[in-house]
Amino acid sequence: MTGEMPILLPVMPELIMGIGAMLLLMLGVFQGDKSYGQMANLSILLMVVTAFVMLTQVGGERQLTFGGMFVTDAFALFAKTLVLVGSSVAILMSASYMRQAGIAKFEYPILILLATLGMMVMISANNLMSLYVGLELQSLSLYVLAALNRDRSRSTEAGLKYFVLGALSSGMLLYGISLIYGFAGTTDFDTLATTLKATNGPEIGVIIGMVFLMAGLAFKVSAVPFHMWTPDVYEGSPTPVTAFFAAAPKVAALALFVRVMMTGFSSMAAEWQQVVVFISIASMLVGSFVALVQTNIKRLMAYSSIGHIGYALVGLAAATPAGVEALLIYIAIYLTMTLGSFGAILTLRRSEGMVEDISDLSGLSQTNLPLAIGIAIFMFSLAGIPLLAGFWGKWYVFLAAVEAGLIPLAVIGVLTSVVGAFYYLRIIKVMFFDEPAPAFESSHGRAVSGVIAVAAIVNSPVSYFVLIGPLVAAASWAAGSLLF
Amino acid sequence: MTIGLGHYLTVAAILFVFGIFGIFLNRKNVIIILMSVELMLLAVNINLVAFSTHLNDLVGQVFAMFVLTVAAAEAAIGLAILVVYFRSRGSIAVEDINQMKG
Repeated sequence: MTGEMPILLPVMPELIMGIGAMLLLMLGVFQGDKSYGQMANLSILLMVVTAFVMLTQVGGERQLTFGGMFVTDAFALFAKTLVLVGSSVAILMSASYMRQAGIAKFEYPILILLATLGMMVMISANNLMSLYVGLELQSLSLYVLAALNRDRSRSTEAGLKYFVLGALSSGMLLYGISLIYGFAGTTDFDTLATTLKATNGPEIGVIIGMVFLMAGLAFKVSAVPFHMWTPDVYEGSPTPVTAFFAAAPKVAALALFVRVMMTGFSSMAAEWQQVVVFISIASMLVGSFVALVQTNIKRLMAYSSIGHIGYALVGLAAATPAGVEALLIYIAIYLTMTLGSFGAILTLRRSEGMVEDISDLSGLSQTNLPLAIGIAIFMFSLAGIPLLAGFWGKWYVFLAAVEAGLIPLAVIGVLTSVVGAFYYLRIIKVMFFDEPAPAFESSHGRAVSGVIAVAAIVNSPVSYFVLIGPLVAAASWAAGSLLF
Repeated sequence: MTIGLGHYLTVAAILFVFGIFGIFLNRKNVIIILMSVELMLLAVNINLVAFSTHLNDLVGQVFAMFVLTVAAAEAAIGLAILVVYFRSRGSIAVEDINQMKG
């Protein structure tokens, strides 16, 4: 037992987030609920500082600390930047909704900070133990966030459902971890990789453990057949919380999925590849067909996110560096589409309160043309219409799948995105060609308008000339840092 | 007969399956679901400690400590959500949790 301190530089962003979140919690307790606005601004500032320290001080070089439990590399840097962007935009968009719903409590930004800290630990996990602790820090904060509107029975029901199913998935994940530990004799990803490479074909115990682990992770990314919680939680939670759920946790869980599979279990690709292909196809099918009959926009977005996770997993199914690169491009673009769409959903307020039905959008082009154009860009982009950002995401994942020889998977992906295009285009038809419904109030605040505008520009065809190039370069740099 | 690794693993597997069935077959009370979740986590702990002594490696026991701590936090949050839910609905019967469907 040595008394030496571990090297702290690689965990500096996490330390800043953790200590900052606790300081803000103290400050909030002393100031009470009146301090919501100040807390939200300080939380965003804290995340900006964290991102700055991470990008300038830590850098993309592979560094291990805490006995190899924590790793930071270009991949972690890329995913953490996306997570921090998703979380801070979610807080930025929340203010007016939270005030109008009467839940502008100072705990809200702090819970998001703690969830974000959990996600950063997940992304940097290099050991099954740090994987579990990071995942639980994230999940426990998310359960509370879902039930944040505690006087509304739908919100508490969402929290309860999320908690019960989340606890079940954590149990399966842990059971898998215990089997992997027992049969491979280690919890460290690097040691695991070398041990599995050295043995002649993995033991059956390791395979069963890995399948349990994948079931737990599939739950966290809401991939079919573990997606049951997603529509209910998305519908019941307060809308800004749903926006947060759809953005940052998905990125973190996918990044964790990729790191576990591509580093720890890299030599077992033949075994896990078929599982990923299955959940990817199932997610794409459910995400496109079940969404056809939805009338609630938040539920529709839930099925849409299930489908998009399926497309992103096509990149992982390829099990090649190009596949990981495509997955990273896909989730970066998905983040902008989803934040923009939820920004648009946050503007749907009439005098009687928030409305969430697709029919409420009817004739929006005549009452609020800029908003209708914004939503149209997001829907075209989500559907993957060529030249919009969403198309390039799909282009890279299907390209990677074809190069890896998974042509049937790519064909199914293209077909389901055609089906999916139907319900995205239906929203555009409702907005532009139906009789106008009463106009929406414009009390959503400048921040939401700003987010919609920026996200719409990012998703518009302009992005092809400016953004796709650097994004592909960054994703390729990040994917290259994983040890293949 | 000596009690070996296989016996511990069998007990843990049986407890784990009980936990899963407790969640899915129970139609009465959410508290029972919380107890089933605890049962699953304890099954995992038996696995970890059994493997730890079998492999002569302390990592498994350290992991079990982490699982215990997180399970306590999880139970606290679960009960808190349950209390909030009961206040707004006046019931914690599993079959009443059906406001959102589809």
